[in-house]
This record gives sequence, C-alpha cells and structure tokens, in this order.
Amino acid sequence: MTGASAMVRDGARQAMAWLHGWTGLLLGHILFIICLAGTLTVFKPEISRWMRPEISGQADPVRAITAATDWLSANTTGSAGWYLSAPDGRSNVVEATYDSGGAYMSRALDPVSGAPVARDTLGGEFFYRLHFELELPYPWGRLLASLAAMLMLVAIVTGIIAHKRFFKDIFTFRAGKGQRSWLDGHNALGVLSLPFHIMITFTGLLTLASLNMPWGIAAGYGADVATLYSDLTPGTVSRAASGTKAPLAPVGSMLAQAQRYFGGAPVSRIYIFNPGDAAAVVTIYPVEAAAIGMLPAEISFDGATGKVLKAWTEKRAGVRAYQTIYGLHMAHFAPLLTRWLYFLGGAMLTLAIASGMVLWIVKRRERAPLSIGNRLLERLNVGGLAGVPIGMAAFLIANRLLPLGLAERAQQEVSVALWSAGAALLLGLVLRPALGWPLLLGLLALLCALAAALGPIWAGDGVILSGNMLLTATAVALGLLVWKQCRRRSAPTPVRRRMAPA
Amino acid sequence: MAAPIHYRASRWRYRANVALRTIAGTVGAYGVAALGAAAMARTLPMARVEAVTLATMIAYLIAPGVTIWAFLARGPWRAVAGVMLAALALGGIAWIAGQPA
Repeated sequence: MTGASAMVRDGARQAMAWLHGWTGLLLGHILFIICLAGTLTVFKPEISRWMRPEISGQADPVRAITAATDWLSANTTGSAGWYLSAPDGRSNVVEATYDSGGAYMSRALDPVSGAPVARDTLGGEFFYRLHFELELPYPWGRLLASLAAMLMLVAIVTGIIAHKRFFKDIFTFRAGKGQRSWLDGHNALGVLSLPFHIMITFTGLLTLASLNMPWGIAAGYGADVATLYSDLTPGTVSRAASGTKAPLAPVGSMLAQAQRYFGGAPVSRIYIFNPGDAAAVVTIYPVEAAAIGMLPAEISFDGATGKVLKAWTEKRAGVRAYQTIYGLHMAHFAPLLTRWLYFLGGAMLTLAIASGMVLWIVKRRERAPLSIGNRLLERLNVGGLAGVPIGMAAFLIANRLLPLGLAERAQQEVSVALWSAGAALLLGLVLRPALGWPLLLGLLALLCALAAALGPIWAGDGVILSGNMLLTATAVALGLLVWKQCRRRSAPTPVRRRMAPA
Repeated sequence: MAAPIHYRASRWRYRANVALRTIAGTVGAYGVAALGAAAMARTLPMARVEAVTLATMIAYLIAPGVTIWAFLARGPWRAVAGVMLAALALGGIAWIAGQPA
C-alpha cells in the first residue's frame, strides 16, 4: 500500500468514525425508544394478553368475528368502516378499530359477547404504535422514525467502515477498564448480530416506504393514489356508500368461503366498509403465519348479499418481494424460537445504542473535564435511557391499578406512562449522574418487580406467568447492576490512567 | 486517537472536507436514491405497479452506496460533483421517460 492511499483511507476511516458518533448522538434517544418498543412488540399479542387477564384461553376466530360484527351492528350507526383482527393461537380477542359517530375507536372485543372488554387498554398496541409513531401525530411520528432509521443506516455503514478489527471484536471484552470496556461492549453488541441490525433497519425503512421514499410512486402514478392502491391490491373493492340501509349478510359463511379460497389458511383481518349500507363491502385476508410475505391473498364480498365480488392471490414477483421484506420486519411468520431470536437481536441493538451513547460521554470524560454540552448530554442519557423503560413499566402497573370503570381508561394508562417517563427525565437532569444512575435504575427494578407482583405473580395463565417471570428477571438483573454500581462507588477511586492510543 | 499529520496541519480544511462529504453522503445520497427511484419507476420493463415497487426497494440500496462512496472519493469536491452528476443523470432519465400511462 502506498503512503498516499493509506492516508486517504485513514482519513476516510476517521471521518466515518466522526459521522458514526454524530449520527448516533443526534437521534440516539429516538432510536433507543424505537428499538426498545420494537423489541417488546415482538411479543405484542402476549403483552396484550398480560394486560387483559380477564380473557383467558383460546378463542374460535369465526365465532369471535361473528360476535364482534353483531355487537358493532347493534352499537354503531353510519360507520365508514370496521377493521377487525381475528384471534389466533397468540391473540385471544378481536382487535377492532371502528368509527362511531365520526370518532375512531380502538377496542379489544370479547371473543364470546363481542362487546369491548372491561379492562379498556391499548395492550401491546401501545408498544407497536410507539415503535414507529413515537406518540406524535400523523405523519410527524412516522417521518421522525424514518429519519432516525435513515441515520441509523448511516451509523451502521459508517460504524462498519470505522472498524479496524471487525471479527476480532466479536471475541474481545476487557472488563473493568472504563472506556475500553464500554467500547468492547458496544462493538460486540453491534457486530455480533450485525446482519440482524442491517436487516431490521432496511426492512423497517421499507415498511414506511410510501412516506419516506414516495418518489417512485410519484413518478409512476403522480397523485393518483386510488389507482396505485387498486393495482397493489386487486382483490379489494372501493365503492361509495349508497345511502340505502341494508343489514350485513351472515359473516360466518363469508369467513368459511374465504378460508376455502385461502387453501385452508385461517382468516386474520376482516375489513368491513360502509357496514349497514346496501353498498357495504367485506374484505378478508388470510393469516401470515404460513409464509414470510404479508397479504398473499384477499377476497371481497358484497356486504348485503354475501356474494364474492373479487378475489386475488398475489403472485407478482415485485409485489411479493416487497411483501416478503415487509413480513421479514413484522415477524408474524416467526415460530417461537425465531421470535425469541428477533427479541434477542432487538435487545442487542437497543443495548448497542444505549452503550454507544454512554461511550460518547465516557470517552470524553477520560480525556478532559466535560464541556457544558456534554455534561447536559450525560444527564440526558440518565433521564432518557432509564426514563423510557420506567414509563413502560409504569404503563404495566397502571394497567393493573387504574379502576376498570374509569373514563378514557386506555388513554389514562398512556398518560401515566408519559408522565412517569417525563418525571424520570427531569430527575435525570436534576441529579448528579453518579446519583441519578443507581437511583433511576433501582426505581426501574422496583417498578418491574411491582408489575410482576401485580400480575398476580402466581397467575394461572401461562402467558401471564411468563410475563411475570421476565419482569422479575429484569428486576433482578437491574438490581444486581445497581448493587455493583454502589459497591464500586464506595471503594476508593482508582487513579485514572491515560489511555494508550488504539 | 491523533489525527493524521496531513490533516493536523489545517484543521479547518479537514472540517470542511468532512462537512462536504457528510452533506454529499446524507442529503445527496437521499436525493440520488429518490431520483433513482423515479427513473427506475418510469423505465423498468414491467407492469407499472411492479416497476414502482421494485424501484422503491432498489432506491434503499442506492442510498448507502452513495454514502460510502462520498467518503471514499479522492477529494471532497469530487464527492459533491459525483453526487450531483448522478442526480442530474437520473433526474434526466426520469424527465425524458415521462409518467407512464
């Protein structure tokens, strides 16, 4: 290698390292929220079951959907649409979004009575929405999530190139050495499941493609979104309400017919447009469990007569490719072991982001006293990295403690989560980091333990019991961490050595 | 880690270098990807909806490619010029092809 090209490469590597740090810094907290919420969303139906302990056991999808449409027919008028998710092996309620008098409601419907379940809660949907909407109004949350994902892609690409000893780092961890340990940990977390990190970032960006990369659509279709939609899903029917009332034909026979068309695959989503109108349309989709791709088929019925209007099985390569990528991100296809691997990959990415943000501070602290900006960042790290999970744990506790009859109960649970996270952020900003870290992490451990205790801890339902075990394990791990932190602090501080150049 | 001697001599030149490459590798990369999506959506020889879908997916592969290239290019101005040239070419293709019926 000539001297000049070595210099160019060294410069590029250094610039990449710089860019890696700054992209991570800029949206690190947002990425932390996205990754933590996304990791939990892997078990969205299970979280929903934990949060609705009154409904237990399996539910029959056809009976549950019939009960749901009966209840909705009796309790909504002039609705533009009902969007229902049938229960399956994991979920045991009908998740419904419907408009009632102009306002859109999201409710879990009891699989037997069809009425909303008493414990009004968003359940796992809260984590799912937080993952890509960040509790911000449409489209700003999704745009911010897209921007964060794009920066993450830059951070991953630059992180790889900034790396000198790619494979060695998988096996390197030097404990108890300050900056060196944080760097080793960050590298190992980043590198060990790098293929997962790249996959999940890419596919995540693609799920929001129509928002963050609409230029291909604009070039091909201009503003004609309706044509694009009918081209993408030829099995759907778009027609206006007629204004004439007509009761919905029996849904059970439509569901049975749909399942036959899907080759025996159970139904998953049932969309009913203009219910109660003579021009009502019922569109049914199969479960995605059998294949990685989403929406491999769809079938639409005339709502008033129950006759098939259109049916479509997706075989086009380009569309299938997109659906496969989409499905790879959603992981609905994944059997239990794969789901745990998604969870593990997500957890490692979350920790890689958190350790990267801590590393930014540790690295600068070991060289010189921190600047004002970095001291603020250090405290933001305490409040943000501990505050987000504190809000989530508070959300679970609110689910058990808020009275069932409370108005807007589901929203109140979310408020508790946001206020708790906000309070933790404030505490992190006010307290000295040396005090803030153990205090907030200890608080998080207590909240996790409390949530598990309120489960109740010896729940009969296996899903709830597993959730309690996970919460307890998290509490114990955090407790150990805090204990170690406190013990090290009481020991005499070792003299700081100047880091040898890497 | 100490900066290479080459850059230590002129700190500001180094900073301008990185700033230009960063702009080319982020905003520029997105621009090239967006125009690439538009050009492919209009020219790929397949049904319109498939061309649009495929073009959008490929665009996400173009962006990180441009990012890497912006940092490996011989000089910062070369990175900026390269990105602009690619954007111009792809935008031109999209414009000439026109919106498919």
